[in-house]
Amino acid sequence: MSNALKTLTNGLLKENPTFVLVLGMCPTLATTTSAINGMSMGLATLFVLVCSNIVISLLKNLIPDKVRIPAFIVVIATFVTLVQLLMQAYLPAIYDVLGLFIPLIVVNCIVLGRAEAFAAKNSVGLSALDGIGMGLGFTLALTLLGAVRELLGTGACFGFHLFPDNYGALVFVLAPGAFIALAYLMVIINKLQKK
Amino acid sequence: MVLSLVIISTVAAGLLAGVYLLTLDSINAQKAAKQEAARKAVLAGHEDGVAIETAVDGFGGQFRVMVGFDAEGNILGYEILEHQETPGLGSHMVHWFKNADKPGQNIIGRKAGSLMVSKDGGDVDAITAATISSRAFLKAINQAYADFHGVEATTGASQLNVQSDEVQGTEEVVIEVAEEDIEEAADEVKEIIIIEEKEAQDE
Repeated sequence: MSNALKTLTNGLLKENPTFVLVLGMCPTLATTTSAINGMSMGLATLFVLVCSNIVISLLKNLIPDKVRIPAFIVVIATFVTLVQLLMQAYLPAIYDVLGLFIPLIVVNCIVLGRAEAFAAKNSVGLSALDGIGMGLGFTLALTLLGAVRELLGTGACFGFHLFPDNYGALVFVLAPGAFIALAYLMVIINKLQKK
Repeated sequence: MVLSLVIISTVAAGLLAGVYLLTLDSINAQKAAKQEAARKAVLAGHEDGVAIETAVDGFGGQFRVMVGFDAEGNILGYEILEHQETPGLGSHMVHWFKNADKPGQNIIGRKAGSLMVSKDGGDVDAITAATISSRAFLKAINQAYADFHGVEATTGASQLNVQSDEVQGTEEVVIEVAEEDIEEAADEVKEIIIIEEKEAQDE
């Protein structure tokens, strides 16, 4: 497997940000009340992750080691705000869906984690691929968790009702259900990975 | 070291300021368009109606509702402009209270002012497992009705085109009047805002 492909697929399963690295739990638990919410958060993060990885990789030689963390955070926060403003102005339909999640990306430690662990040490191209891979892995994990919670909690999946409304166990939509569903998904994924 | 951090921060701040200015007009236009669309929707074609926006604290934070009243004060319609209620529970309020098939929960066509959920002795069916959101929602409707009365008492509701804006604090409503009436309406407008502030202290 070539280096580029390895970088790209790394985030999908082997180092999945949610199930393996267990990073970014705050947005993971908070936004996965439904499959579409989880996917939206994942995609918004994917975008910021790719952009911040590219910029930080470009700037890595200009930033002194001692102040790299504040510098990274400034770059990430700037990107998040830019995305929010631009989306609000020119893509209002998407902003209506994603708007709520965008400010949450700043506090997502995957973005800072990848900046520190990968983008600060690798080339621009690889950093972009790492951002895409990690972002997709995060999106997949959140969509899966959202789908499970939505199905168990409301009997629907992506808003399509599979069971009548009253068949849901509401706890899965609420906070405790997020922990329960996440734990079981982690168990299943770890089990599958070991084989 | 300090220099490079200063440079990065300055560039970032400059970039943000530029993009903010660039997108400001467009964002405001979007907001206005959204509000106008909501106003049309809640008035349901009644040109003599009044649309009033209120904000209350729900289960997941503040939410904003626009309510349309006809000249007699009956509810014509409502739109939730912004909310963070729990998806699958409180979020049902977007359509729950205007379900024409379920008279127990439908508030369209009813007179507001003292609407309450059945748990509190009223006659509106709350959203299943979301009583707090339902209470907050009815409070918003009742508050809008109180504002509607304030507007009608002072300036005559039929000529007013009420729009509102989230400014600060719990509730604030900005009233827009036809340009030629602005002078005479100015005092009344101030009064209404004062009424609002008193309302905001409830709870």
